[in-house]
Amino acid sequence: MPTTYSVFDIAGPIMVGPSSSHTAGAVKIGQLARAIYDSTPEKVVFQLHGSFGTVTKGHATDRALLAGIMKFKTSDPRIKDAFKEAKKRHIEYEFQVVDLGPKFHPNTVRVILQKGDKTMSITGSSIGGGNVMICQVNNFDVDIRAMAGKYKSIIVSHESSNRSLEELTAYLIKKGHHIANVQTSKINSHAMSIVNIVKKHLTLNEVLALEQIPGIEFVRSLTKLAH
Amino acid sequence: MSYMFKNADQLLKLCKKLKKPLSEIVIRYEMEVADSSRKEVMDKMRKVVAVMKEAINGGIYEPKKSLSGMSGGGAGKLMKYFQKKKGRTYLNELAIRAMTYAIATGETNACMGRIAAFPTAGGSGVIPGVIMAIKEIDKLSEDKVLRGLFTAAGIGIIIAENATLSAAAAGCQAEVGAANACAAAAAVEMRGGKPEQAMTAAAMAMKSALGLACDPLGGLVEVPCIKRNALGTQHALGAADLALSGIVSYIPFDEVVEAMWNIGKLMSPKIRETALGGLAVTPTGMRIRAKLGLPALKKSHLLE
Ligand code: SF4
Repeated sequence: MPTTYSVFDIAGPIMVGPSSSHTAGAVKIGQLARAIYDSTPEKVVFQLHGSFGTVTKGHATDRALLAGIMKFKTSDPRIKDAFKEAKKRHIEYEFQVVDLGPKFHPNTVRVILQKGDKTMSITGSSIGGGNVMICQVNNFDVDIRAMAGKYKSIIVSHESSNRSLEELTAYLIKKGHHIANVQTSKINSHAMSIVNIVKKHLTLNEVLALEQIPGIEFVRSLTKLAH
Repeated sequence: MSYMFKNADQLLKLCKKLKKPLSEIVIRYEMEVADSSRKEVMDKMRKVVAVMKEAINGGIYEPKKSLSGMSGGGAGKLMKYFQKKKGRTYLNELAIRAMTYAIATGETNACMGRIAAFPTAGGSGVIPGVIMAIKEIDKLSEDKVLRGLFTAAGIGIIIAENATLSAAAAGCQAEVGAANACAAAAAVEMRGGKPEQAMTAAAMAMKSALGLACDPLGGLVEVPCIKRNALGTQHALGAADLALSGIVSYIPFDEVVEAMWNIGKLMSPKIRETALGGLAVTPTGMRIRAKLGLPALKKSHLLE
């Protein structure tokens, strides 16, 4: 909780109703999934878990998720027309009610994005008051919180040997970034790391340079989401 | 000098020292907190006003049924009723307009329109209801409206700082109850009352909402929320009249906020936004649960 409130923490936020966790939070998960996937998908499958599966209709969680995939903000009035907007953009979508297991928060969705042969799955939870976290990327456990950003998260998909990650952090330090922490999750020979940096944002050129490092599959900077 | 305040006592002291209304201190507080110019701060509030107006107009003139089917069309109904009665309603025009606008805002929220969550999404009808109705009936300038909103926000800051604005933490007294207090203080200032009177109105409005449960049907922000916002405007206007007459709250606002927090901690979680108690578990509430596909509750749950 912030120690000093701004007038506009009270007089706002401006949002599309009806619910901060089931609508605004769902939009944010969609936005994050889209940002991590890093292009407009041709098809999205939303696997709704827990109360995300049960109260979807009443809170328009489905449209909110799809709106997030199209990069709409939480205050965008087009959220309610998300199905139509998706058709216009030729995005196919499907909703499934699933049980992801007790490990996940009751407000969770797994978003599977596809385009050609590029597929990615991103799992996110709406943890209250419009705050969300991403807890899995392609089955790798992560913890990315999208709160009014203290950290700026970089997602790195890389070989599980530490060499590529070491090279990446060395490059960031050389470029004057401060690394707050790094979390890595490994499955067999592959790994997913979340590198949290403070203060400065990563530039697009820096992202491209990082992707040149041998052993690194992709790098995503989530700084764009700050709003 | 610094314009920071954490409670009503400090805010009133600043008003006294500078001989300024509450709104002026709150504007300067925001300039200090956000490190912004006066113009930036005012412009930001203008955006809030624009969203409020849009939500009110949408609710009245483009009525829609909510996704659940529980709400929609109430604001237009109330407006027509007033026109038909030609002044022979129990409440005066200002009061009826305040209720109309509060309902319109709530109905817009329920059918996925855009609102300013001031202080929260659930309690977002009271403040625009009261402030816009006063603006129209008293024919006030835009500046007066902005000032009303800053005063309201100042009260909200005090509540957030010393208790909470979250229904999950303290029930509806912290949402609609808080909104009533914010609107009451604004109403006093908009009619030229003193800062102490505005604070008294906030105290009285909040006192009347103490203990209010959060018990929305199916967990949706519709029933009882929308009409609770409508009637909340009446608490605010009534409290403003009491304060402007010179009646003083025996308990100061800071202590009322403390009491609200204390009551919130004593409340069962079932009546704190979980939709597991109160109106949410009445036979009607259970029907809505079933319609939304929420798991059924056992009879024994009601008394546990
Ligand atoms: S009953 Fe609950 S959801 Fe409805 S307005 Fe009150 S606090 Fe908000």
